[in-house]
Amino acid sequence: MAIEGVDLIRAAAFIGAGLAMGFGAIGPGVGEGFAAGKACEAIGRKPEEAGLLTRTMLVGQAVSESTGIYSLVVALLLLFVV
Amino acid sequence: MTLDVPVMIKLASYAGAGLCIGLGAIGAALGEGFTAGMANQGLSQKPEQSGDILKNMLVGQAIAESAGIFALVIAILLLFLGAPVTTMLKASALFSAGLCMGLGAIGSGIGSGYPGGHCCLGLARQPAISSRLTTNMLIGSAVCQTPAIFSMVVALMLMFMDFSQMPLWPTWAAFLGAGLSTGLAAIGSGAGGGLAAGASCEGISRNPDTVGQVTTTMLVGQAVSQTPSIFGLLVSFILMFKTFPESTALAASMALLGAGISMGFGGIGPGIGNGMTAEGAVRWISRNIEATGALTRTMLVGQAVSQSTAIYAMVVSLVLIFVV
Repeated sequence: MAIEGVDLIRAAAFIGAGLAMGFGAIGPGVGEGFAAGKACEAIGRKPEEAGLLTRTMLVGQAVSESTGIYSLVVALLLLFVV
Repeated sequence: MTLDVPVMIKLASYAGAGLCIGLGAIGAALGEGFTAGMANQGLSQKPEQSGDILKNMLVGQAIAESAGIFALVIAILLLFLGAPVTTMLKASALFSAGLCMGLGAIGSGIGSGYPGGHCCLGLARQPAISSRLTTNMLIGSAVCQTPAIFSMVVALMLMFMDFSQMPLWPTWAAFLGAGLSTGLAAIGSGAGGGLAAGASCEGISRNPDTVGQVTTTMLVGQAVSQTPSIFGLLVSFILMFKTFPESTALAASMALLGAGISMGFGGIGPGIGNGMTAEGAVRWISRNIEATGALTRTMLVGQAVSQSTAIYAMVVSLVLIFVV
């Protein structure tokens, strides 16, 4: 089976997209879960601050999400642009 | 060098069997060690409870062991079954079956160890509620085993279904992707579900009156933690059952393998993260039962956000399968 250059590049881009999104999803998933777990702990200690704590949790998670979105963007670039 | 089909099938099933039990032994051993360590900690606090603690330690370890036993069963089947020699495609399916079961047993083994350990420590704290703790541990660790069971289902399908009508290219990559998708995604869900179950055993032993709320929240949290492994199973089923047009282009095969890698690795993090969230919520419901409503709400919102990356991974997988 002969492998042409263009085919090889497309193959590498597809595998790369899978690797980018797959590994990229590990960190944000664990990090956001950790933030939410600690927010639950804090609400358990001080239920009257639930609003403030939920807000802070969401802001923290949004920041943690950013690397997951970078991975998604890179994966989509590899799939459709490169 | 040319390899004929029977040799390739033997090669693939032996390599798959080795990986299956090698990887599958990791989780069960770690989980059982954690249970035994916590049991010893409990014994040092209350040596007079040794009978009850030992009994629960062994029951908890037996459940954690089941993930390892699934891997052993699949490995032995791969070694001795002598799969019917059909096409080269069977070699890919058999290797992938071993990989899927081996990876899938890691998380469930680790996860089932947590409730067992916290149950033993809880018995030292509250010997009077022994039966409630045991029941809760059994429910929690049974849920942790589901990702391993998903992996076993996919492994058995890959081993026994008849694929002789499918083209070798690119289906071989679809099978490898199917094994990776369910196997890897099961790691996170198994370990995450265990965190929630461990916290519930700890919580019940601290405050036995909260058992109803704690068990309910544990089950909700565990159910959400299982979703990444269900996404993985879904992608595997698509990869196994969709008929792909024959194409010897490397890109067509790599797109399907990439789909499995994306969903598989992408499921690990959200599974563990959802479990950490449920752990925090369950632990604090047992200490502050009045905040149950706020805690359940926050847990679900937090888990939904943590789930988002698993959904991105699934979207990339589906794009790789259906669009490119």
